[in-house]
Amino acid sequence: MNSNSFPAAPQDRGGPAQPLLIVRDLKKHFPVRGGLLTRKRQFVHAVDGVSFSVPKGKTLGIVGESGCGKSTTARLIARLMAADSGSMIFDGDGVEEYGGIHLKEFRRNLQMVFQDSYASLNPRLSITETIAYGPRIHGVPAAEANRLTRDMLARVGLEPDQFGARYPHELSGGQRQRVNIARALAFDPRMVILDEAVAALDKSVQAQVLNLLQELKDERQLTYLFISHDLHVVHYLSDHVMVMYLGEVVETGPVEDIYSQAAHPYTRALLSAVPSMDPDHRTQLPPLIGDPPNPIDLPGGCRFRGRCPHAYPVCETQTPPLMAVGVSPHHLVACHMNNTQSGHPNSSHEISA
Amino acid sequence: MTAYLPIPPAVAATRSYWATVWYQLLRDPMALSITFILLLIVSAAVFAPWLAPADPYKASMLNRLLPIGSEGHLLGTDELGRDMLSRLMYGGRISLLMGVIPVLAAFIIGTATGLLAGYVGGKLNMAIMRVLDVFYAFPSVLLAVAISGALGPGMSNSLIALSLIFIPQVVRVAESVTTQVRKLDYIEAARMSGAGAFSIIRVHVLSNVLGPVFVYTTGLLSVSMILASGLSFLGLGVKPPEPEWGLMLNTLRSAIYINPWLAALPGVLIFITSIAFNLLADSVRTAMDIRR
Repeated sequence: MNSNSFPAAPQDRGGPAQPLLIVRDLKKHFPVRGGLLTRKRQFVHAVDGVSFSVPKGKTLGIVGESGCGKSTTARLIARLMAADSGSMIFDGDGVEEYGGIHLKEFRRNLQMVFQDSYASLNPRLSITETIAYGPRIHGVPAAEANRLTRDMLARVGLEPDQFGARYPHELSGGQRQRVNIARALAFDPRMVILDEAVAALDKSVQAQVLNLLQELKDERQLTYLFISHDLHVVHYLSDHVMVMYLGEVVETGPVEDIYSQAAHPYTRALLSAVPSMDPDHRTQLPPLIGDPPNPIDLPGGCRFRGRCPHAYPVCETQTPPLMAVGVSPHHLVACHMNNTQSGHPNSSHEISA
Repeated sequence: MTAYLPIPPAVAATRSYWATVWYQLLRDPMALSITFILLLIVSAAVFAPWLAPADPYKASMLNRLLPIGSEGHLLGTDELGRDMLSRLMYGGRISLLMGVIPVLAAFIIGTATGLLAGYVGGKLNMAIMRVLDVFYAFPSVLLAVAISGALGPGMSNSLIALSLIFIPQVVRVAESVTTQVRKLDYIEAARMSGAGAFSIIRVHVLSNVLGPVFVYTTGLLSVSMILASGLSFLGLGVKPPEPEWGLMLNTLRSAIYINPWLAALPGVLIFITSIAFNLLADSVRTAMDIRR
């Protein structure tokens, strides 16, 4: 498939050193409905001050357990939901700011693939109609949009003559997710958010779709934001990993640093819960005990302390900031044990993982 | 670089949703026979000026209340000696119109309002739905009588009254389906494509809302016909000498001890037609209930 058949790729504006997406201090608090006479309004702190940047052509993996704010972060970035505060810079242009990039243009450059492959396809539209819809919205003539659709279908491994006229219920889960990928890529975006995009697929189909995603990324210089709770998959696809807990980033760093020398107790607990393929490396540590606290009334200090085996009084009084750890300046951890100034008794010496 | 699986050259034709529904209906013997009966009644009404054996307004004092099967009057004559068969055929025109027009009006206005309320949501939804809830506070027959009574008798006023009764019901169905559909990922995906609200509603929401609303409104056809006949029976609908099934039932009421079969004829027609509409709605519902 040659890429000349698509509309000209959006221009690279900021140069290779400019991160494609910079997110600063993103916040979303959902109000909780109290009774009619309840004075105090309460909030769920779904995303609480998340900042990160994604370099061009790289994949940022976001991991964390259910309810930690991964998907909310994705929807905030895609502007499917309005953020309470925070700003975004897409390749040097402020998103929806004066003199910045307009929402419609931003969304052409940033596409999203959803977890539920069935719910993300309109059951009343054929596959061709679904994929051609986006380009038509952006003013591509019908014949051109149909040709583009055929190219995209072929590219994701679906024979256009066989699948183009079909309806979503006539496809398997893997085929539907390929259609979703084709739809996202029909815009020729520069960045794709994959929100648990392979979570609902069988392992073998998952591998095929992951390989397809990797191929497409190399072919079109895409940048991925890959959201998943599957640590194996994140390891395979990501260059950089961000671990979230209760709406906050607790650890972020290059993928090998995170997987080989995780510094946050939560990350270590997550990694130790992954079943090992090697019988000599069985999981020895007990898994994490208890549930995350109620996100409505969060504990002060470190949010993880209630489940942390290393919790000390200092964790209750002070919120740990994200600080560099180890050799890489990009490996940041929010834990008092990493900070020799914090007063945590374990902070001075290395803890064995 | 992409390897396809070997595929058979003959590709199975896939039908669109509505084509499948149509195919299902054609294979349903119940739906076919009901459609045949309805077509018979509708064409008798539509072609009444050519098919009717006599003038429906021509009275004859000598031939009053002739029984069914009389010479020259196949279904007898009414209390003024007018030919029953002709009057029933002409009456069908008004009765059927009174059944269809309010439902059609409610379908269009109700779907549009429901889509608006469901898609926009929030305070607008609250405002629209709570105002319409007021209509639910009254029994629909009572409300129809009250509105027609306030507007005065006449066919157009009863059409308005009936439409006003059905609109809130259709809005409620359309609103609830729209609210469900609006939260699905394909709407989010459409928003991601940069499409405006109008395009999303037209392409993605309407196609999914129309089905359930259509099923619901076909069920209203018989209700509308019965209510319209009821209004005419009470003297709030069409005025004599206009032939209309409900009104005919009223004027023949006095003849029930003299010639009960004759007096029952308009009622029988109302009964058959509304049952036919109901059964057709049932068949349509079954045909549309394919997993999509």
